[in-house]
Amino acid sequence: MAAAEKQPVTGAGPFNGILTWVDARFPLMSTWKEHLTEYYAPKNFNFWYYFGSLALLVLVIQIATGIVLTMNYKPDANLAFAAVEYIMREVPWGWLMRYMHSTGASAFFICIYLHMFRGMLYGSHRKPRELLWIFGMLIFLCLMGEAFFGYLLPWGQMSYWGAQVIVNLFAAIPFIGPDLAIWIRGDYVVSDATLNRFFAFHVILLPLVLLALVAAHLLALHEVGSNNPDGIEIKKRKDPKTGIPLDGIPFHPYYTVKDIFGVAVFLFVFAIVVFFAPEMGGYFLEQNNFIAADPLKTPLHIAPVWYFTPYYSILRANTINFLWIDAKVWGVIAMGISVMIFFLLPWLDRSPAKSIRYRGPIFKFALALFVVCFLILGYLGTQAVTEGRTLLAQVCTVIYFLFFLLMPWYTKIDKCIPEPDRVTKR
Amino acid sequence: MRRLLAMLVLALLAAWALAPLTAGASEEEIKLESAPIDVRDVASLQAGARSFVNYCLNCHSASLMRYSRLRDLGLSDRQIMDNLMFTADKIGEMMNITMSRKDAADWFGPAPDLSVIARSRGADWLWSYMRGFYRDAASPTGWNNTVFVGVGMPHVLWKLQGERVLKQAVMKDAAGNELKDSHGNVIKTATFQTIRPGTLSAVEYDTVVRDLVNFLVWMGEPNQVFRRQAGIVVVAFLFGFSLLTYFLYKEFWKGVHV
Repeated sequence: MAAAEKQPVTGAGPFNGILTWVDARFPLMSTWKEHLTEYYAPKNFNFWYYFGSLALLVLVIQIATGIVLTMNYKPDANLAFAAVEYIMREVPWGWLMRYMHSTGASAFFICIYLHMFRGMLYGSHRKPRELLWIFGMLIFLCLMGEAFFGYLLPWGQMSYWGAQVIVNLFAAIPFIGPDLAIWIRGDYVVSDATLNRFFAFHVILLPLVLLALVAAHLLALHEVGSNNPDGIEIKKRKDPKTGIPLDGIPFHPYYTVKDIFGVAVFLFVFAIVVFFAPEMGGYFLEQNNFIAADPLKTPLHIAPVWYFTPYYSILRANTINFLWIDAKVWGVIAMGISVMIFFLLPWLDRSPAKSIRYRGPIFKFALALFVVCFLILGYLGTQAVTEGRTLLAQVCTVIYFLFFLLMPWYTKIDKCIPEPDRVTKR
Repeated sequence: MRRLLAMLVLALLAAWALAPLTAGASEEEIKLESAPIDVRDVASLQAGARSFVNYCLNCHSASLMRYSRLRDLGLSDRQIMDNLMFTADKIGEMMNITMSRKDAADWFGPAPDLSVIARSRGADWLWSYMRGFYRDAASPTGWNNTVFVGVGMPHVLWKLQGERVLKQAVMKDAAGNELKDSHGNVIKTATFQTIRPGTLSAVEYDTVVRDLVNFLVWMGEPNQVFRRQAGIVVVAFLFGFSLLTYFLYKEFWKGVHV
């Protein structure tokens, strides 16, 4: 819209003049309207719809606390471990920044996992939201990278050996593997060079990519409109006069005020962890990571942080050499596919209904089984390997993949019930 | 009873005795006793700081900890400098030791820094470890430990506790059958028999160890007491804030019907 056509801003506040001046030079009011006051979201969002905005909140927490941590941290193999303890002991409120950051890492994954599960429950990945889902998946990948690179920085035993294990996975790739691993590390072992580049990735590269992807995710969402627990399109039924969806409600103030309530409850739980259980029994901060990294001493039991354990279990579950290729390589391939396969979800799902509310019993059972297997794999990833546990992990891995691979078939034959015309509250 | 007898019940997955046979069963499991500590007990922490400086801070450093931080335990600078600083000149210095790591490695292997030892080992482990030393002629130092088998450190507090030997027995039920745990390993109990008494009674020794472990736990995170106190205020505020935002949300949504 050309600046000359714009109307002066009118409102109750004292800043109409300033806003008019800015609006004549910048799409202020139109952006505000498009994304907040005149973005119509379905009225029937339930509990599961809090986690998107909460993930955004955690991102802000991570960036804010991360900036303070960066001011006091030293990315140097000789200084890093002590620098973290310096933050914990001597920087005023440094302990709070550090615990918020370490708890925030886990909270981020909790929010993202629940946010993704919400998508699977209500078919939020289905047409026309495939690209929205793909942007979300890219955010998830980016977050995994961010967590992995960040975990090296405290330079404890788990930081060091965890990084060693993960980088060695790349060494398993045929032909280029060993060189690739050296290229990633910048050295023959995880070392100061590795720490420095991981620091650069963690504080510059990935946060930039993450922010860009979040912007793309939100733009895509506002282009197609939000899904809802009924999985029906509210844009199909609009008020003939105003063109506003009948089941829609302005995001601001309705969902901003609702999300602020979600934020308050989230912070309440978050604060309980930060102030009373920042280690979370060794799941958020591992005990072995309070021992400074020692390249000569391999810990008996190397476990990744809980949010990676399902994939770690899938990696370890492959014990069979097949087609002249080592079992370890198959493990790496399986682990890679287990993450990437989520990208295909919009096309694997052939059900006529989007929401689980109107889907048949087969999908409900399959999803429940998938969740159980995911949790079992997550638990097994924290435990040392035994024969029985490996077998259980293998069974769960097979079910994990069957959930996706058989989806085109079982979602088609499933007996769905008809979707309603208008959204429902329950 | 004159004879000092400290009882320690261990549930062992008897790995070192039976050699690793199957996965899972090869993990030895030692039941740790719960450490009776309280990081708010300043008198105990002061006593622990004294033991730490006298017995530990010669081979072990606490290089992430400043002497001045001991002010948090209610000690004045004068008290700290006169009683607790032997290897430093200024109160702002770190709790370092004079032995170089290279010398230590040449002599007996470097002793770990103890700044955050309580965070990697846990209070219960430290408590059980400091009470688990016994005489073992087969060991190079003449000492062994039930929690840390083949430990390199001799029993530094032996003058206080005295010298003991380990008597292990397999647990049996009333019918005389060996008791086994869920992995099928025999359950052993360990009993100590004092062969030369120390200067302290068993209870007094336990008090010294409790204070020392308490201090190590406090030193692992000197802010921890304040953290919990601040947490109560923050959590209470957020609870009220949640209620407030809930009513605000309900007020806005009053007229919205699906």
